[in-house]
Order: sequence, then C-alpha cells, then structure tokens
Amino acid sequence: MIARFSDRRFVGRVARHAILILTAAFALLPFFWMVSLSLKPPEEIFQADFHFWPTAFHGVENYRVALTAAPMFRFLLNGVLVCAAIFALQLLVCIPCAYALAKLRFHGRDTLFSAVLVGLLLPPQALAIPHFVLLNVFGLLDTYAALILPWAISTFGIFLLRQFFRSIPDEMIHAARLDGLGEFEIIWRIMIPMTAPALAAFGIFSVVAHWNDLFWPLIAVRREEISTPALGILLFRDDEAGQFFGPLMAGAVIIVAPLLVAFLIAQRRFIDGLAVTTTR
Amino acid sequence: MTALDQDCPSRVDAKASSAKRSGEHGLGWLAVSPAVLLLIGLLFGPVAAVVLFSLTDWQLGSLSFHFIGTANFRTLFTDPTFWKALSNTLVYVAIVVPGTVLLGLVVALLIEASPGLRGFYRAAHFLPVMSTMSAMAIVWGTMLHPTIGLVNRALGGMGIAGVNWLRDERTALLALAVIGIWQGFGFAMVLFVSGLKAIPQHLYDAAAVDGADGVLDRLRIVTLPMLGPVTMFVVILTATRSFEVFDSVRVLTGGGPSYASEVLLHRFYTESFDFLRMGYGAALTVVYLAIVVLLTLTQARLLEQRVHYS
Repeated sequence: MIARFSDRRFVGRVARHAILILTAAFALLPFFWMVSLSLKPPEEIFQADFHFWPTAFHGVENYRVALTAAPMFRFLLNGVLVCAAIFALQLLVCIPCAYALAKLRFHGRDTLFSAVLVGLLLPPQALAIPHFVLLNVFGLLDTYAALILPWAISTFGIFLLRQFFRSIPDEMIHAARLDGLGEFEIIWRIMIPMTAPALAAFGIFSVVAHWNDLFWPLIAVRREEISTPALGILLFRDDEAGQFFGPLMAGAVIIVAPLLVAFLIAQRRFIDGLAVTTTR
Repeated sequence: MTALDQDCPSRVDAKASSAKRSGEHGLGWLAVSPAVLLLIGLLFGPVAAVVLFSLTDWQLGSLSFHFIGTANFRTLFTDPTFWKALSNTLVYVAIVVPGTVLLGLVVALLIEASPGLRGFYRAAHFLPVMSTMSAMAIVWGTMLHPTIGLVNRALGGMGIAGVNWLRDERTALLALAVIGIWQGFGFAMVLFVSGLKAIPQHLYDAAAVDGADGVLDRLRIVTLPMLGPVTMFVVILTATRSFEVFDSVRVLTGGGPSYASEVLLHRFYTESFDFLRMGYGAALTVVYLAIVVLLTLTQARLLEQRVHYS
C-alpha cells in the first residue's frame, strides 16, 4: 500500500515536471531563438539544419551593426526618461488626491471618487484623437512632452493609493496633527513610508506599461531621436540594416533585456506588484 | 491628559472638529485640484471631444468642419472592413481567453502541487509578460518565417509541410492569437497562484475527513470551486486585454492578408493616423468605447453576482 502510494507520487512528480517543462519551453522558446539568431552569420541562419549555438560566432558583428545602424542606447535612455517622468508626474498628482479621498472630508468627495471609477472604465486608446489634437494645438507633437503629458493622470493610481491610504488608522493621523504636523508632513512622513509597497507596485505597473507601449508613441512621435524602445525596434526593422535577421535579433535583445534583467533581479517584487495592482 | 480635557471633552471636540472641518474642506480641494483639472482636461473633456468629432467631417489640418450628423456612423456600419475587424476581434478574443485561462490554470495547479523548481517555473512562465511586445512580435515573425522559421523547421522534421503562417488568410489570425496566449498565460498563472494560496487548509482537511483525499477529488471538490472568483476575474482581465490587441497586428500583419487579421484598434489607428480621417476614426472610437464599457460593466455585474455566492 505504502509502496504503491509513493509510486503514484513519483509518477505524479515526473508528470508535473514533464508538463511544466513543456509549457516553460513554449514561454521561453522565443527568447532562446532570439539570442541564437543574434549570434549567427546570415549563411547559418538560412542553412537547412538548426543549431542553437553558432558554428561561426557572429555575435560581435551583429550587435555592432544593431548599435551603430540605430541609436539603441538612445531608445533605452528615452525609455528610462519617459517612464521616470510619467511616474513622477503620476505620483505628484495621485498622492494628494488619493490622500484627500481617503482621509479628508470635503464637499464633492463622493462625486470625485465616482468620476475616478468611471475613468477606470475608459480604455486609453479611445482618447488618442483628442490627445493628438490637443498636443498639435500646443505644438508639442513629436516631443518628449507628447510622450509624457497624456499619462499625467492615472485614475488607476488614485484608486489604488486611496485603497491603501484608507487602511492606515485615523488615530495615527489625529495623533500626528496633535503633534503639530501639517497635512503635507503627514503625507510625506506617514502615508508614503507606510504604503511604500503599494507605491512600488504602482511604479512597476506604470513603468512596465509605458516601457512596452507601442500604440501611443507610434502616434505621438516620428523622430528617431526621441523614440521609446518599443517604437525604436520597429523603426530599426523598417530600416535598411534591420532587413538582416542577425542584427535585427541583436536589436531585439538590447530592447527587451533591461526590463527582463530588472525582473530577474527583483522577481517577487515584480510578480507581487503586478498581481496586487490587478486584484486590488 | 490635562484636567481641562477631561472636564469638558465635548466642547473641545466640537470646537476642534468644526475648525477642522472647514480647514479640511479647503485642504481637500487644494489636494485634489491638480487631479480634477487633469481629469477634465485629459479624460472627460477628450471623451466629449471624441463624440463631437464623430459628428463632423473634420480632417486633420483642415481649418473648417461641418456637422454631418450620423453620416460617419452610417459610413462605418456599411463598411465591410469594419464588420470584418469586429468579427476578427471577437474570434481573437474567443481563442485567446480560453487558451490563456486554461493554460494559466493548469500551470498554476502544477507549480503549486509541489515545491520542486517552483521559483524557476514561475519566473520562466512570467518572462513573456514582462517583455516588450513589439520586439517579441518581430522575434515571432522570424519563428513563423515560412522557410527559416523554427515552427516550419520543426514541422518539416516531422514530415509535415508548413504554412506561411502570417501571409495565409486561414492562419494569420490564429498565429496572432497564439502569440497573444504566449504573452498572457504567465500573468493568468500568477493570479491563479495567489488564488490557490488563499484557499484555507481546513477545507482540504474537511474534504479528507469526508474521504476525498485523492488528487482529483480534492481538485473537484475543493480547489476548482474555490477558484471560481479568481477565474472570473482572470477571464475579465484577459478579455479586456485581448480586445485591445494592437502591437502584434501592427508589427506582423498590418491587418492582412486582405483584412484576414484586421482588428478594431488597428482599424482605428490606420483610419485616424495613416489616412487622417478623424471623423471616421472618432466614430469608430465611439463604437469601440461603447463595446468596452458595456463589456466591463456586464462583467463587473457578473463578477459581483458570482463572487458573493458563499
């Protein structure tokens, strides 16, 4: 009986690994393929039999072409700049609003909160035309501002932070007021430190979304110098050098790597962050 | 605590709270004013503008426009490409949602079944979620390449003749759906794992007392019913996300061949920003917006009914 039981457990374990290796292969295959091609010379990419590791190592050449034919590092830098600016703006707008919605009493608070909830329903792509027109009127199209400003308000951020701010007991705020702390100091010295995990989660959500976004940059900018990574790799592909698979895959590796490395370093934070922001 | 405080607490409280109220009122509005201005300027104003645009013949760059009533909508509804885009989007959603949810659920159950290599599997399955879709779509494009692509090489190895996946009317949308599942199922997995962790152990103990201690019994009696709310949530999330499919279409097929993989958001993009037909684009936005809002609201209602069954 016991022998049979452990036999079945053994079979179960093997089956578990067998299936998970298969699904993990499905998830990882494009990454292996991308890295493999980025290291190969053209003849080897087109030859009949496939090896993961190139027989003639062509990696240096491919990555050199990718980096010189298109401003790859510039794309990454633009990505960092745009994502940082968006998140900073969002915090600046969301934190006071979320604090007021959670902890202050004022006329119109419930109406405002309903407006935020309605705002959550709106898919951002639906606002593309008016945003485009607005930026055009102010002559801001094809600038960094065009990439950043439409995202200054995040109803999602307001909603999420309000939920977390509410969980901080009122007594703490009363005590802080009795100690002579102003509202700004209460936000800065109590609310922000105590909800740091929520802020980090919101940050990860925001950065991942805007680093990977293609739709809006495609509309807002044309110039290569201010392209974000997702748009940059597309411009590179449609360029002359991007017609060759080796350099193109090298470019893809450069574009995809920063976020994936960040994820592998801080896995738990990323997974929990993205999960928290949806299961609110 | 001073004697004064204890003597007349009510008076002190009343005074403090009335002073605090008026102070809070001003402070409250000060704190929310940037958000309110931006809500109006960047969210609700633009929604109103879209509706307005949809009733005009305005084109980008032209200085004048006329109200033309519902002409844009009539053009839209008699345009076969619109209907093609709509039905393609629905087919895409109908493939991606069950694929993502099932695969995510199976992987989550297996990962949580025992601790072996748990961390590795979780990270491996989550990697596509983090990756930039436009770059990975380009990679998928080479994998689906008719001659040098990995997929046709593998099929050829098994003696099966491959297809030009992205250039064939029969397979283009399907290939995009597989890419959609690839990107999303790791996220579904993570949500299911957090759902699994929330199931209290005593339910399994109780089921064991009732004689349900086999893996399948536990799954049928405890795990799956308890995952109901999470499943509903994952379905909603995946549906709304796949309804917004754009990147892979733009990068890989451009909606082709002959509109076989045209979807709503890509149609909207081409009409508005390639052809600059803003009125038509705005009408399309209004329809798109209506569908998304309706979808979200019905699903939210469904969710409310289903979640509180206990």
